[in-house]
Amino acid sequence: MTEILDSTAAIGRPLRRKEDAKLLHGRTNWTDNIQLPGTLHMALVRSPMAHARITKVDLSGALAQPNVVAAYDAASLGDLNAGVPCVWPVTDDTVMPPFPALTGDKVRHVGDVVALVLATDAASAEDAIAHVDVEYEPLDAVINMVDAVSPGSELVHGDAANNTCYVYDLGGGYEDALAKHPDAVVVKRRFVNQRLVPAFMEPRAIVAAPMGMSEEITIWSATQVPHILRVLLTLVTGIPEQNLRVIAPDVGGGFGGKLQCYREEILCTQLAKKLGRPVKWTETRSEDMVATHHGRDQIQDIELACTPDGKMIGLKVDLLANMGGYLQIITPGIPLLGMFMYPAIYKMDAYQFQCTGVFTNTTPTDAYRGAGRPEATYAIERIVDEMAAELGMEPMAFRTKNWIQHHEFPFTTVAGLTYDTGNYEAATAKAMEMFGYEELRAEQKARRESGDPVQLGIGISTFTEMCGLAPSRTLGALKYAAGGWEHCTIRLLPTGKVELVTGTSPHGQGHETAWSQIAGDILGIPVDDIDVIHSDTGRAPYGMDTYGSRSLAVGGQAIKRAADRLIENARPIAAHQLECAADDLEFANGSFTVKGDPEKTVTLGALAWAAFSAHDLPEGVEPMINGEATVDPEDFSYPHGTHLAAMEVDTETGKVRVRKYVCVDDVGNQINPMIVEGQVHGGVAQGIGQALYEGVEYDEDGNMLTASLADYLIPSAADLPSFETGTTVTPSTTHSLGTKGVGEAGAIASTPAIINGIVDALRPMGVNDVLMPASPQNVWRAIQAAKGGAA
Amino acid sequence: MIPAKFDYVRPSTVDEAVAALAAGGDDAKVLGGGQSLMPVLRLRLGEPSVVIDTTRIDEMKGITDSGTAIVIGAGTTHDEVTKSALVRDHVALLAAATETVADRQIRHRGTMGGAMAHADPAGDQPPVALALDASFTIAGPGGRRTVPASEFFVDYFTTAVGPDEVLVSVTFPKYTGWGAHYEKFNRTAQAWAIVGASAAVRMDGGAIAEARIGLTNMGPGPVRASAVEAALIGASSLDAIAAAAEQAAEGTSPNADIHADVEYREHLARVLTRRAVAKAAGLA
Amino acid sequence: MQHISVTVDGTVCESEVEPRTLLVHWLREGLGKVGTVVGCDTSNCGACTILVDGQSVKSCSMLAVQADGCKVTTIQGLSTGDDWHPVQTAFKECHGLQCGYCTPGMVMSTVDLLSENPNPTEEEIREGIHGNLCRCTGYHNIVKSVQYAAELMGGTK
Repeated sequence: MTEILDSTAAIGRPLRRKEDAKLLHGRTNWTDNIQLPGTLHMALVRSPMAHARITKVDLSGALAQPNVVAAYDAASLGDLNAGVPCVWPVTDDTVMPPFPALTGDKVRHVGDVVALVLATDAASAEDAIAHVDVEYEPLDAVINMVDAVSPGSELVHGDAANNTCYVYDLGGGYEDALAKHPDAVVVKRRFVNQRLVPAFMEPRAIVAAPMGMSEEITIWSATQVPHILRVLLTLVTGIPEQNLRVIAPDVGGGFGGKLQCYREEILCTQLAKKLGRPVKWTETRSEDMVATHHGRDQIQDIELACTPDGKMIGLKVDLLANMGGYLQIITPGIPLLGMFMYPAIYKMDAYQFQCTGVFTNTTPTDAYRGAGRPEATYAIERIVDEMAAELGMEPMAFRTKNWIQHHEFPFTTVAGLTYDTGNYEAATAKAMEMFGYEELRAEQKARRESGDPVQLGIGISTFTEMCGLAPSRTLGALKYAAGGWEHCTIRLLPTGKVELVTGTSPHGQGHETAWSQIAGDILGIPVDDIDVIHSDTGRAPYGMDTYGSRSLAVGGQAIKRAADRLIENARPIAAHQLECAADDLEFANGSFTVKGDPEKTVTLGALAWAAFSAHDLPEGVEPMINGEATVDPEDFSYPHGTHLAAMEVDTETGKVRVRKYVCVDDVGNQINPMIVEGQVHGGVAQGIGQALYEGVEYDEDGNMLTASLADYLIPSAADLPSFETGTTVTPSTTHSLGTKGVGEAGAIASTPAIINGIVDALRPMGVNDVLMPASPQNVWRAIQAAKGGAA
Repeated sequence: MIPAKFDYVRPSTVDEAVAALAAGGDDAKVLGGGQSLMPVLRLRLGEPSVVIDTTRIDEMKGITDSGTAIVIGAGTTHDEVTKSALVRDHVALLAAATETVADRQIRHRGTMGGAMAHADPAGDQPPVALALDASFTIAGPGGRRTVPASEFFVDYFTTAVGPDEVLVSVTFPKYTGWGAHYEKFNRTAQAWAIVGASAAVRMDGGAIAEARIGLTNMGPGPVRASAVEAALIGASSLDAIAAAAEQAAEGTSPNADIHADVEYREHLARVLTRRAVAKAAGLA
Repeated sequence: MQHISVTVDGTVCESEVEPRTLLVHWLREGLGKVGTVVGCDTSNCGACTILVDGQSVKSCSMLAVQADGCKVTTIQGLSTGDDWHPVQTAFKECHGLQCGYCTPGMVMSTVDLLSENPNPTEEEIREGIHGNLCRCTGYHNIVKSVQYAAELMGGTK
């Protein structure tokens, strides 16, 4: 298992992770570990109702409980009751209702927060919230999106007519394109991309503490976005930015769920400042299920038109996207991240997209691994299979006929994106070979002919995605408030070691290892001599954090440019020492050498001390050597791949099994293939989770029926297979390292592969769709309906 | 989440436990392995005034052979049950069902008595106790009494154990040499059974001579599929088993929930019963 | 308050605890054994798994008072100083962790599984650790880690 690796040629090697020693020995620094003297523990009074007017809040009972120091409702919190920010109004007329940290007028989802209690210990705080007396006047709960937008529906927010947050349009000309093809074959479907819970393993936790008598408040939070959080906390609380320091210590997963400025973060910050004491809150899993934002939840009407011989003509997509009860950081924009991806890898003449954002009395939605792109990929890959069936074409042959061929890149899609590179043929050929595609088709045929109660299906997903969010100019054009750049500073320390300061904020991805590999390779310094500093606005002041598979795609470029600049900054000192012109020096393996004179050489380490002592620096050169860069990417990056699933379906019970899962991903150049593979595994597992196991269910009153891990089923080891992963490498030409992004690819690709496999198994029985999650009952129901029996 | 406050008593004998229950009044709660009770306390779905921890009562532990039966102390863990040669040899169906309970950690702490007294309709072992005519020894202020399984399970999460009583042991008649299989159907490995079918059969000359069938999650408590048991006598083929299993849903009254509606549960009961019997009989 | 005496990672720890205190909360907040973590409130996730008298248990599903007189091993007692237990080594070598939050529980469950079954099949591994949820790895490399740990600990292939 153990490979001896040359750590001075690190890029592309499966280096074991630097992060692991502490994690494996339990010497971790989770936010909930922090115990500061004088801490007040916060407990929240959450609404048991989905929609109700608050008619009374009486805090006196709670205030009388032992160890309780303070309690607040919206009224008593007054000016400190800041609003949770939304930074992405997608249209000029997007309805942006207020979202106060404590709600005062109405509750808008189960788990909405009405009041809070602060006590000297967590148990007392939890005891006391039962003594806050809240009276509600129930209102009709708006749960179902179709009902929500119907005239006459109860309104979640008074200023959002028909509960509509916005209507967004893109493209057009679908009907015109169709009119040119009177013989067109059209397939329409309604897919439901169900609501999911991010379910990161570390529950959210926050400690906000005033630092002595200074004005500084330090906030430790289990967040993906310490830098964004600091800016937003300043904007909503008015606390000067220079007085806020946000630290994301060890963070146990996020998947988009910790990409937020949550009400609890606002409350802890405000109360720490007001009371001059540390305030701590750690969510329980029960709270997490209703209070951490959810993902997905779209109803997708999709229509694909083809010529009878199987060339795509056009695509029409009409979405209802569930916003939930409030807008959080980028709630409205999530469906738009998918908007560009419906045409996916295919060539067609017309694309027409519309999305309606809908308020309901449910937990707000926002980013969850893939954020819009899994929904798009699901819909297109599902309807491609349905069209192939309609045309009587083999589904892979249908894809091949319509996808962008590798010699056609760069290719501008009908949605307006320009894909820089790609090679769908290569990834698909490799995947089919690994899979044993033809053998499995033969087995499928045999099972069909013998009437085996366990049928076999082959699910295909040939996907691409846009990640590495993103060029700031593009984000601005989409009305997203922030930019998409990333920063890196690399400091050469006096002893020749290196500090690499990144603006990315890892929470499990392994940036400390991978970033060391990039810098180590460029600087010729062993990866163990590089310390990666991150996730602390005090130590790593500039950054845009980690989400949208952007950290390597954008942050990696900043590392490269910073390392290149460090070398250039060292060059005059080297030239001075070697008594040559700067241009006469070559840099390789950590040393400057005079061209043509290998004896005349000096290491970066030696230059580091020279730059530190500064005893003999050339004229005009300042002491110390570093390199800094802030990179705004040229474009998104476009990973792609082919995922194949062999699905066994027990037609008697509806239970399915993933017998074999093969995927070949093209994420461009790889810094650490071990980490890449791990990201694919995790993403695929989450995508399978959506396909087979997970889904939030509400009753008609808006109670969440899946509000614990006993009812919201995330897969265990026993519920998943091993995966066979492969890669092809088509480097990105718009990113300086040739890398793309890998964080979300697996989650984007796998869901349609699984469902296509189930439908493929059952198609001879007349099944042409199955609801997600494809629970045994949902599969069995689909079979019964196709048989014409009970449905 | 943190449980609400309670007092804690740790008796070392059954009599002490009964006395503690009497002293604790209506809000006293017996803590066995705690694998069902602890989440209830943490979620504050229950707020007992006193918790009586029975895990250190020696008499309630262990598995013994009484000659005609196997006696399992209520405090015996699932892990001990699954590893017991006595159970595996004489009550194989119980071992098979117990192996599927939750996960390793929970089987290390959770107890036979706790699972029976909790009487979750989705529990794996209560239908085995019902099908195998187990009996339950219960201690109370008036002494001890024995209740047959047919009278022990009363309703959802309700048994014959009174508020002032403690379950001491469960006695299973020996089913030495019987074939056994538990067919558990759940959505994920750690999820509760949507439906489960427990089958024990005594084969004689290639045909089923006697059968015992219990169903999980097909009613407010465990269900015995008596009609199937009767119809199976003499069955020696998969077809005959399938025909008998068609009656599996008779007399059941399952709930509908997010995982399964009534019709689907009834369908599963038939399929799973057929499969469990076929495997128990060595025919599949 | 109840007096308890528990041997935790080799040290006899005496303490007064409220009966309602969960074992995991006493370990974390009472003893500072913060390597063991809490991930849920329904005994599903297994992040809090430790060994009590040599067997894996979920320390969120046990009261601290119930550990009185017991021997507890947490992730922090598995190896000392800079030493690595073979299971820890295997998880690092096989990239069996990403965010690391489930890791203490996953490692302790692996130790428990291998103590009973030194040479498990893939299916036995998957069944044996299904009381521990991981959201990052898809379990693929965790299974590999357990297999490699078995190899390091002398189980035959």
